[in-house]
Amino acid sequence: MSHPAAAAALSAGFDDPVFDAQASFRAAMWALARPGRVERLDARLEPPAPLSREAAALALALCDYETPIWLDAPLAAAPAVGAFLRFHAGAPIVVDPGAARFALIADPRGVIDFTAFPQGSPDYPDASVTLILQVEYFGKSGLVLEGPGIQGTDGFDAAPLPADFRARMAANRALFPRGVDLLLAGAGGVAGLPRSVIVKEG
Amino acid sequence: MYVAAKGGEKAIRNAHALLGKRRRGDAGLPSITLDQIAQQLTLAVDRVMAEGSLYDVELASLAVKQARGDLIEAIFLIRAFRTTLPRFGNSRPLDTGDMLVRRRASATYKDLPGGQLLGPTFDYTHRLLDTSLGGEGGEHAVETGSDAPLAMPRVTDLLGQEGLIEAAPEDDGSEPFDITRAPVSFPVDRATRLQTLARGDEGYLLALGYSTQRGYARSHPFVGEIRFGDVEVVLDVPELGFEVSLGTVQVTECQMVNQFKGSAEVPPQFTRGYGLVFGQCERKAMSMALVERALRWQELGEEPGSPAQDEEFVLSHCDNVQATGFVEHLKLPHYVDFQAELDLVRRMRAEQAAQMKEAAE
Amino acid sequence: MSAQPISSMPRSSMPDITYNFAYLDEQTKRMIRRAILKAIAVPGYQVPFAAREMPMPYGWGTGGVQVTAAVLGPQDVLKVIDQGADDTTNAVAIRGFFEKTARVATTTATAEATVIQTRHRIPETALNENQILVYQVPIPEPLRFLEPRETETRQLHALAEYGLMHVKLYEDIARHGHIATTYAYPVEVAGRYVMDPSPIPKFDNPKMDDCPALQLFGAGREKRIYAIPPHTRVRSLDFEDHPFKVQHFAKPCALCAATGVYLDEVILDDKGGRMFVCSDTDYCNTRQAQGHVGELGVPAEDAA
Repeated sequence: MSHPAAAAALSAGFDDPVFDAQASFRAAMWALARPGRVERLDARLEPPAPLSREAAALALALCDYETPIWLDAPLAAAPAVGAFLRFHAGAPIVVDPGAARFALIADPRGVIDFTAFPQGSPDYPDASVTLILQVEYFGKSGLVLEGPGIQGTDGFDAAPLPADFRARMAANRALFPRGVDLLLAGAGGVAGLPRSVIVKEG
Repeated sequence: MYVAAKGGEKAIRNAHALLGKRRRGDAGLPSITLDQIAQQLTLAVDRVMAEGSLYDVELASLAVKQARGDLIEAIFLIRAFRTTLPRFGNSRPLDTGDMLVRRRASATYKDLPGGQLLGPTFDYTHRLLDTSLGGEGGEHAVETGSDAPLAMPRVTDLLGQEGLIEAAPEDDGSEPFDITRAPVSFPVDRATRLQTLARGDEGYLLALGYSTQRGYARSHPFVGEIRFGDVEVVLDVPELGFEVSLGTVQVTECQMVNQFKGSAEVPPQFTRGYGLVFGQCERKAMSMALVERALRWQELGEEPGSPAQDEEFVLSHCDNVQATGFVEHLKLPHYVDFQAELDLVRRMRAEQAAQMKEAAE
Repeated sequence: MSAQPISSMPRSSMPDITYNFAYLDEQTKRMIRRAILKAIAVPGYQVPFAAREMPMPYGWGTGGVQVTAAVLGPQDVLKVIDQGADDTTNAVAIRGFFEKTARVATTTATAEATVIQTRHRIPETALNENQILVYQVPIPEPLRFLEPRETETRQLHALAEYGLMHVKLYEDIARHGHIATTYAYPVEVAGRYVMDPSPIPKFDNPKMDDCPALQLFGAGREKRIYAIPPHTRVRSLDFEDHPFKVQHFAKPCALCAATGVYLDEVILDDKGGRMFVCSDTDYCNTRQAQGHVGELGVPAEDAA
């Protein structure tokens, strides 16, 4: 490879590609099945900054040549990140958010409007993006969640998030069954906010 | 007291042991070799490769042996193996115009460049049982050179020079849909249609093709050409900057030439139905071409309404591995659901009896 | 990506064929896993997926097997049932497949399992929040028998146009005095999609509602995956004047005396002799071991 980021691309992927991918997927699966409940994510890999271990583990578990990935500005500014994802996942990196199946977002505060990403169609609502947002903190109060996967209601919080997060999630819920699905990754865990969830002020 | 039947595991083990024994047959006879199957049951092997979608003579021969000659079972074995194979890349499209032809027939011209080449065919054999094959013999001498493959132009290309037949669709360079890697949704494009038919069940396509001849979506077909021979498979290797030949495969190609009235925009010209199959499978290639043509009714402005034109119906039911699995699954236990039905039928009968009694009183 | 060959098939003179953990290659698992995530995000919606040929026939559980293979990890404990029983031949064959290709621990005890693959039943023992129930689905489309075309049914789901289904159920009532659907009884999931629960008896439908376990559905031949997240509202379709009702059995299980469970009818002789026993063999065995005895059962200590 003659790519300038070739050396960085060789920073370690999964220790065990089969079982680490399975464990990361299972964490993401339960996270989306039980919105707001943080699942432990043991991310045994060393991605290039500013890509976090947790977000990298989800990306390597779920992405490949069939899933174009969109990177937000801080990630796109680090050539080693794109090279890492191309090398370990074989995933194409796209500039157009409308062409992405996954989006990796290192700075959730500055993330572009969710509607710039594929929302699925009425016939095929599954043809929508999954957003992976890097967070540093999870909590149990601040937001109240309701919907499939939640017995009654549940308290939830994470940071950082976009300032207008609740409004974005309300707009996303209004599109149901279309819409985007969120995985919040960081602090050794992953939480899911699928399009089915109703996010209220706590 | 009652003891429920148990021991499913042991029963399965024993059944499979028995299957192995029956497969082997009389142990006093030599076991049939894969070479013998490949050389002497070639057309069975070809069908398994075609509908199994995997060009591997040795594995297809093994599958025929393992399946005790049940070809759909053999096709299933090949498919289940094929699905585990990693993909190294995509070959360039086969160029059947460059085929080294072993057999070629055109019904549309008496003679043509390259000529008619009968090759190894059952055509014009008298279907009389040949008892000489019952023994060891069956050696046949052929004239030297008569089975050497030859290159020759395609009939449809000759017709195309005059603009008398619709042009073959242009290769726009886009990645074709792959029915083995993505779920099909209807309506489908040409690539999806051809892929699905190419691995479709020979008997099913034969019946549907036959139905078009009998007036259910009649298209006035002529065999423009049917050819069987060897085609080179070429792989582009971007890292190397040149293409590499992977070897040759044997295929049968059928181009049907069909009627078309023309329209305001298009002058009258013939249309085509296309069939391409691994190995020597003429019946399948011809049937495929008839059905392919019938499925194009919308594009060619024809009247719908015949079974062979119904895209969702034809393509959803032509895979014999799917079909045999689902039909045969009916022999699995269904007693839980049957119990639910029994309960309802008994309840309805009781209610009816009560009503009749009431009415009689 | 390195595959870990963990099982092989001898090919005598031919080279060995090796397979990945849980048979499927990693790319296929990722594709199925992505479909599972979208299925969970849109409860009851059938996600198309590129089902692979499996080394068992279509219609014999290939969809369930692919879902199980995609979720299964080395820590899992797997239970496989068919008709509620662990020892039916197809359950035995599928359990054996995963023992061989994934070397995963297996159990017949519902409470011990983390992944339960099932055909036609939901276990009697209440499921818990750490469990995944994987259903084998033959025909995932609840509208298929009213409208065979996928192109049409997809539209109906997109528009949430389920009048056709209600008409069919109501016609049953008019003709038979009953809704004549006794299994694969359609449900509405989370107030949006009408879903086929697979051919479980409608007796099991209420267990799907607000279930703490994750329910995944795999249809291999039809290439669809769908899901019900835990604690999701699942409502069996019905009418105000004909509310949904489940089967009721007149007698308790003849072996363990359980009531309120689904029973199989077993014919004992050719003179009309029959008995009704639990379809859930693990449930029945556990109760018998606890000392429950039905009218044709044997006390546990005698049996031992």
